Amino acid sequence: MASDTPAMAVVHGRSPIFYRRFDRKDDDQHQTHYCPGCGHGIVTKLLAEAIDTLGIQDRTILVSPVGCSVFGYEYLDVGNIQVAHGRGPAVATAVKRSRPDSIVVSYQGDGDLAAIGTAEIVHAANRGETVSVIFVNNAIYGMTGGQMAPTTLLGEKTTTTPRGRDPAVHGYPLKVCELLATLEAPVFLERVALGSNKQIMATGRALRRALENQVHGLGFSLVEVLSPCPTIWGLDPAEAQTFVRETMTRTFPLGNFRDRSASAVPQRLAVTVPDLGELPRILGLGPASGVDGASDTVAPASPVPTADHRIVVAGFGGQGVLLLGEFLAEAGLSAGYHVSWLPSYGPQMRSGTSNCHVRISAVPIDSPVVSRPNVLIALNEPALRKFLPSMEPGGLVLYNADSVPVDCAGSGAGITPIASTAIADRLGSAKVGNVVMLGALLEATGMLPDSALERALHRLVTRERWYELDRAALQAGRAAVRRMTAAPAEPSLAQDPAMG
Amino acid sequence: MDEARDRGAVAIDRDECKGCGLCVEACPPRVLRLSGELNHCGYHPAEYLGAGCTACGICYYVCPEPGGITVLRRQVA
Repeated sequence: MASDTPAMAVVHGRSPIFYRRFDRKDDDQHQTHYCPGCGHGIVTKLLAEAIDTLGIQDRTILVSPVGCSVFGYEYLDVGNIQVAHGRGPAVATAVKRSRPDSIVVSYQGDGDLAAIGTAEIVHAANRGETVSVIFVNNAIYGMTGGQMAPTTLLGEKTTTTPRGRDPAVHGYPLKVCELLATLEAPVFLERVALGSNKQIMATGRALRRALENQVHGLGFSLVEVLSPCPTIWGLDPAEAQTFVRETMTRTFPLGNFRDRSASAVPQRLAVTVPDLGELPRILGLGPASGVDGASDTVAPASPVPTADHRIVVAGFGGQGVLLLGEFLAEAGLSAGYHVSWLPSYGPQMRSGTSNCHVRISAVPIDSPVVSRPNVLIALNEPALRKFLPSMEPGGLVLYNADSVPVDCAGSGAGITPIASTAIADRLGSAKVGNVVMLGALLEATGMLPDSALERALHRLVTRERWYELDRAALQAGRAAVRRMTAAPAEPSLAQDPAMG
Repeated sequence: MDEARDRGAVAIDRDECKGCGLCVEACPPRVLRLSGELNHCGYHPAEYLGAGCTACGICYYVCPEPGGITVLRRQVA
């Protein structure tokens, strides 16, 4: 063997960027999973060489896609993340922004990048994310067995285009480099191929440029590599190489579509992510967070061990339905309970239906969904009619009106009418009607201590004006219930003109 | 051609090789071929004819396997 000759030295050999053994099943740990003649093997090798040449192994993070190249993490000894189909550029964005010194490479095939991940690649490129994307285009879905991809050539037969791709039915091949070249932000866009020795060497240079740009902080780089898939194309490796060179390049012309490496200004993200240790303070959860923090250090009031409040708050958007639920959950948490808050609302911001499920429990909560409430706060009549049938018998219903509709009054649940919107309006703003209801609920059930409510208000209401108004609304709600229990004569008259 | 005066040589890992033949096609001095024997995976691995290598490295780059091919170059004394 030549290696026995002492005067010989290795000039091209296994890159140290590859793991020594691949963490694969059985005895194949010395070779890749790729088919004979697969372009992925070559691209991976060229990528390894570029990483080695630039000396960036320790800070490179490879984002592996879904597709044949999903196992990138088994081969390259760099940081690795494997992502959902097509989402490589989105995850690469997150990785780069949270670790600005890393060199992030999103490695994707055409099924991944040009089909399901089209939105991700377009927007990452348009934002000019400082990442390097390697787009391996073999014009077909390889791993899944040869279905048409957006990049499939016209006339090309696949399992889903058995008569050949017809533009009238299947559209035209998607040209990613040309598409991205219409955007302002990309710094480097180049299409290369694996169709000949010369093309393979050019691919190596383009990959190195894409990484180099990132090392210099220059912005978005993408290299599209026209790559053979001998197995699915039904060609032998040499024929497949010829197909790349002579046929694919007619649809996908090689060349540079953007090169602003010389003029681009290095980008440095102004804001980086905080240390993990700082998060509690930023979120207002730490001991250094002022009033809230101080109250958090006080042992919570002893919760009632049997408590199991299953609350539905419902109304229309704009009534503070969700916020009322948040008040309850927050106060429940302060009082030492397990809580959940599950909002549900229509696509409209205002006047659409809106409701939320709140659970306040002495024991851990199995599901945040309240299918059988024991408390219903209905802020309008449709909400009352919708949720009343699901009420547990004997449950409490607070209804935002002067009186209860006659046909609802006979239901098992006791309905208490509290004209919360009207009461709030007289206080100065109809918007605090939700807090009037909160006061009424606490007065009627005593389910949470005042101190817990106080802390919840502190946390959720940041403006002084609203804080004062909310406190007044709480008291007004309590007063409304007290008057009713003191003189339960005619619920329909439960309204106090003196509140105005 | 005398092996002792060649500029280079090629070493092939016959068990890593999948017999795709790209190196055979690519080799400028045409000094590679597929072996008549099978390796443990059932492929005919590439093999070096034993002389004539110029150490250009083309075969290394066209080979899809990370360590299938190693190219050596004679050191200048």
